[in-house]
Amino acid sequence: MEQIKLILKDIPELHRIEVYEANGGYSAFKKALGMKPDEIIEEVKKSGLRGRGGAAFPTGMKWSFMPKDSRPKYLIVNADEGEPGTFKDRAIIEKNPHQLIEGALIAAYAIGAQTIYVYIRGEYVKWMKILQNAIDEAYSRGYIGENIFNSGFSVDIYIHRGAGAYICGEESALMESIEGKRGYPRVKPPFPAQYGLWGYPTTINNVETLANVPVIIEKGGEWYSKIGAPKHPGTILFGVSGHVNKPGIYELPTGVLLTDLIYKYAGGVRNNKKIKAVIPGGSSTPALRGDQIEGVTMDFDGLRNAGSMIGTGGVIVMDEDTDMVKVLWRIAKFYWHESCGQCTPCREGTGWMFKILDRILKGGGKPEDLDLLVSVASNIEGNTVCALGDAAAWPIKFGVERFREDFEKYIKFKSTVLVEK
Amino acid sequence: MFTEENLKKIEEIKKRYPTPQAALLPVLWIAQEQFKWISEDVMRYVAELLGLPYSHVYGVVTFYTMYNKKPVGKYHIQVCTNVSCMLRGAYENLEYLEKKLGIKVGQTTPDMKFTLTEVECLGSCGTAPVIQVNDDYYENMEREKLEKLIEQLSRDGK
Repeated sequence: MEQIKLILKDIPELHRIEVYEANGGYSAFKKALGMKPDEIIEEVKKSGLRGRGGAAFPTGMKWSFMPKDSRPKYLIVNADEGEPGTFKDRAIIEKNPHQLIEGALIAAYAIGAQTIYVYIRGEYVKWMKILQNAIDEAYSRGYIGENIFNSGFSVDIYIHRGAGAYICGEESALMESIEGKRGYPRVKPPFPAQYGLWGYPTTINNVETLANVPVIIEKGGEWYSKIGAPKHPGTILFGVSGHVNKPGIYELPTGVLLTDLIYKYAGGVRNNKKIKAVIPGGSSTPALRGDQIEGVTMDFDGLRNAGSMIGTGGVIVMDEDTDMVKVLWRIAKFYWHESCGQCTPCREGTGWMFKILDRILKGGGKPEDLDLLVSVASNIEGNTVCALGDAAAWPIKFGVERFREDFEKYIKFKSTVLVEK
Repeated sequence: MFTEENLKKIEEIKKRYPTPQAALLPVLWIAQEQFKWISEDVMRYVAELLGLPYSHVYGVVTFYTMYNKKPVGKYHIQVCTNVSCMLRGAYENLEYLEKKLGIKVGQTTPDMKFTLTEVECLGSCGTAPVIQVNDDYYENMEREKLEKLIEQLSRDGK
């Protein structure tokens, strides 16, 4: 598959506004200001762009939910990157922050937002500075502010720093956090477009999603829709980590083979080992066994058919020596830690799953523990306000099913016979 | 208690939002920067400054892990042990740090120089294992690199 770079282009110093402008930057925004907001939304719909934050919801459709009245409206850029295995948004902010800003400006114009908040995870101090610098540059050139290029459109962009809570990447928890509260997800409906920040219509888009928008406006939705997988077009910044020779971000068209991503781009598995498991889209997506990855394409349908999800495109590769009980134990620990505590099934269930896995890992597992794990996971799934419950349940449920022999070894020998490398 | 400069900064921040409550997280960041950690006194002060109930501020501070609820050392070492880092030696690093610093996870050395914390995914999986010291990321922290860093910090020469 041909590599095509729409975001992480091979242009040195692209983070500087003069370099970005010299390479056609902000021309899409100028073009957009000459279009009607509905025309922009139509173009994005035509492009088939789907959200890159995990849920793959059609972006144009999301924008079209925004009411057309005169109330204040908000756009939120979700840069609360925290899904284990995911490190793409920081790459965009570092290498091409202006394309993100330009995409956000086009989005704000299309949905009628006067204020843009960038919610960025609290640990990304370095990237906050890079982004703030880019925002300041864009203000100074008149791309942000009052009556931009005499269009009558005014908008401000503010960075809002998170403070260490994975749940705030969930859009309604994120809004609570901006409002200065604990990050408890809201019950939906109403959806953010109806009742968002301070009750006003709000759209929340992921960093990578917005970075695609200038390309769509510049080249047209139809052009974009022909890249990659027809039902999930465009490129994705796949982050490959774990036991590969060349971990990193690879921007590739959707529909690329998972095996190509691992062997052709990420340099294959360290020490030429076999693959035991692959988490294809961040820790919330169930791991596939090494014998399940042949022919799997990296797009929404490809991964659904394979028994997992595209998620954030954060691929974690584990070699044949990996202790899957320990991996699932670590994932369970994460969701237990990050559960906000609002819904009982998630608050209690994530803790129970962790405790059972901890017992198994320490040699005290019982044969019935495996069914118990699946039962707890099933009782979390679908019974919570937000998707964190599902994200905690699925990896464990499928993990027990797909890596049963690892668990059985632990339970049979009552000791940690497997050592992680 | 806030410096004049910080009070000015807070006034600017408040203008970004329609309610003073929305300035809470940014103001707590400024507080942490100035006071190093968020004590009960600081929480009461921030509550009064923004016109919020103390209970609300307490609820927020205790929800977010990055607000320090107790004093931390000069170097706050945060070790990511999530999957991608674990696969590349994060727990071995953590064990090394516990031994080297003579403290357990969650503790601070008696000289208030180092605090050791185990943290969740830092979003640096492609350069795992990663640790964060105060605001800075240190990536690809193989043992040798980690040993060097700790020696440097121990000598205070960064």
